[in-house]
Amino acid sequence: MEYFLQQLINGLTLGAIYGLVALGYTMVYGVLGMINFAHGTIYMVGAFISLITFLACTTVLGTSVPLALVVTLFAAMGLTALWGWTAERVAYRPLRAAPRLAPLISAIGVSIILQNFVAQAQGARAKPLPPVFRGGVTLMEGGDFSVSLSWMQIVIMALTLGLMAVFTWVITRTALGRAQRACEQDMKMASLLGIDVDRVISTTFVIGAGLAGVAGMMVTLYYGVIDFYIGFLAGIKAFTAAVLGGIGSLPGAMLGGLLIGLIEAFWSAYFSIEYKDVATFTILVAVLVFRPTGLLGKPDVEKI
Amino acid sequence: MRGGELRAALVDAVLGGLVAAAMALPMLGVRLEDSASGLSLSNRLDWVAWSAAIVAGGRLLIGFVRHSLAGKIPGTPAPPRQVMVYVGWAMVAFALVLPFLPFAGRNVVDKATLVLIYVMLGWGLNIVVGLAGLLDLGFVAFYAVGAYSYALLSQTFGLSFWVCLPLAGVLAALFGMILGFPVLRLRGDYIAIVTMGLGEIIRVVLQNWQDVTGGPNGISGIERPSFFGLSFKMVPPEGQKGFAEFFGLDYSADHRVIFLYFLILVLALLTNLFTLRIRRLPVGRAWEALREDEIACRSLGINPTTVKLSAFATGAMFAGFAGSFFATRQGFISPESFTFIESAVILAIVVLGGMGSQIGIVLAALLLVGLPEWFRELQQFRMLAFGAAMVLIMLWKPSGLMSTREPTIRLGEAK
Repeated sequence: MEYFLQQLINGLTLGAIYGLVALGYTMVYGVLGMINFAHGTIYMVGAFISLITFLACTTVLGTSVPLALVVTLFAAMGLTALWGWTAERVAYRPLRAAPRLAPLISAIGVSIILQNFVAQAQGARAKPLPPVFRGGVTLMEGGDFSVSLSWMQIVIMALTLGLMAVFTWVITRTALGRAQRACEQDMKMASLLGIDVDRVISTTFVIGAGLAGVAGMMVTLYYGVIDFYIGFLAGIKAFTAAVLGGIGSLPGAMLGGLLIGLIEAFWSAYFSIEYKDVATFTILVAVLVFRPTGLLGKPDVEKI
Repeated sequence: MRGGELRAALVDAVLGGLVAAAMALPMLGVRLEDSASGLSLSNRLDWVAWSAAIVAGGRLLIGFVRHSLAGKIPGTPAPPRQVMVYVGWAMVAFALVLPFLPFAGRNVVDKATLVLIYVMLGWGLNIVVGLAGLLDLGFVAFYAVGAYSYALLSQTFGLSFWVCLPLAGVLAALFGMILGFPVLRLRGDYIAIVTMGLGEIIRVVLQNWQDVTGGPNGISGIERPSFFGLSFKMVPPEGQKGFAEFFGLDYSADHRVIFLYFLILVLALLTNLFTLRIRRLPVGRAWEALREDEIACRSLGINPTTVKLSAFATGAMFAGFAGSFFATRQGFISPESFTFIESAVILAIVVLGGMGSQIGIVLAALLLVGLPEWFRELQQFRMLAFGAAMVLIMLWKPSGLMSTREPTIRLGEAK
């Protein structure tokens, strides 16, 4: 029982991270209908930016850890958003009217560029970071196993919840969210009605990349080690999460992320850790066979 | 250039420089150094200044070029179909004589073989993506199935390459059907993610099923191909004649290289021939029809699932052939050769070539696989250039290098 609870907590933490990355996928897909393959790599860039900023704050500038964390949060969000914005501007925007697969290939190209750029600029070896928050709270004392919640896990979940709340508010209540949903429905009509479509799409990329940056920061602090290759697998997982939840649906992305985090944690705990990715994908396939548009996806409208 | 435009270009350049500086600040300006006590930082702020300057200069240049070129480039008309047929035959003729040309040493033939593998894979995937319009991101899985089936069949049962080749194709096609079955009820991008997942599953299984696949160590000592029973080894097996001896030639290691080249050339041309012919058969037409409009097909009584499945299995079969060729050429295979990036490269070849264009795929394979091979010395920048090439080609020709996608059949005369 204690073991189960502990895995539940670990799974939810991991799921929160996947969910944040999945939000970016789902939003871009919702507005543009494009699979942004570079999204996972942007998350990796966010992880590196956080590592560097955090180290710069604590070792070079000598600030305290909480202050360094706040600075890192904003740096990771802002700078990653800038990278996402630039990628959209340079590699995707000119392809708006191109055949459907062109932006996909361009995004794969961007992903390869970013990955190798980081490997060249910062070295290909894995980068370790000493644990930032030690300790946590013990929730339950079992016989020989106690369930604990580390401070880092609390920070991750609180931050994710906070961002989700802000984000839901933006999408449902503000003019930007309305414009975004209008573009999702019909981009041409939206632009005829005076919505600056270019700006909406840019903002979508900026928000998505910013959230991926936060997820990158969380993973840096949580695992304490990153390398230039982490973006690929996280990207696949996040994409899987988005599809599982029903691509285009924001709560779906979060739900999909949490589910995948839980599946991974429990599979690794009770079965073999090597096959955890196999389990994830098998469950994805199974869900899609019975619900072809994902868990919270809207049923496909067939246009005749 | 008028004053207003000049000012706009300058503002654009300055903004570009500022954005570049901000982006470069942590990634280029600071370098993480491994040291005894964990990580330390060293600064490289001059790099930030350089990247800002380069981007600003670049933006300015683009501004000027765009201004001076505005409205001056007419669209290049696509070459007529007849010309492409001649170009195709010329390419085949060139490929046939390539190993005997004076400049073609062993190295050149080897690289040409590598390019041809990708051409064949591209032509195979083209059936799935280009003709049937199914976005398959896990194509490399079938390539892996082909390679592993050849390696295992030849090592366990001692079967020769010529027996294993069709078997590998059949097995890959079978896998295509099994894996395709749950997938094909889905549409559009759901297929993409599921095929990608299946590709990863196969890779993970290969990596962890130690007893059969050798795990991460792979399988080594795979039987080399023979020329219909004639060995290419320096010392042929007891009681047999080697290739060189049989034809009264001096022994040379080049024989095998040239033989492998012709082997993949024939395999690739077979793929091409198959594609060209099947496009005229009902099933090929159904693929293309399905790509254009699934609902119309269904109303006309075409069963989308079987049609998709046949495309999936056919593509997989050719990947299986290519895989077994790959295994025999390398003599060693491991899961590392079958990562997602390979699928991405093959898909990029198909899309960059222009979906459905057979010659386009050859051009794209030459550009993406052949060209970087010549810059082996610049190893570390090779992948960077590779990614940049993908983006630039797409920006330059968004519908592929050869974007004349004509329907295979047309009723009456074209307008």
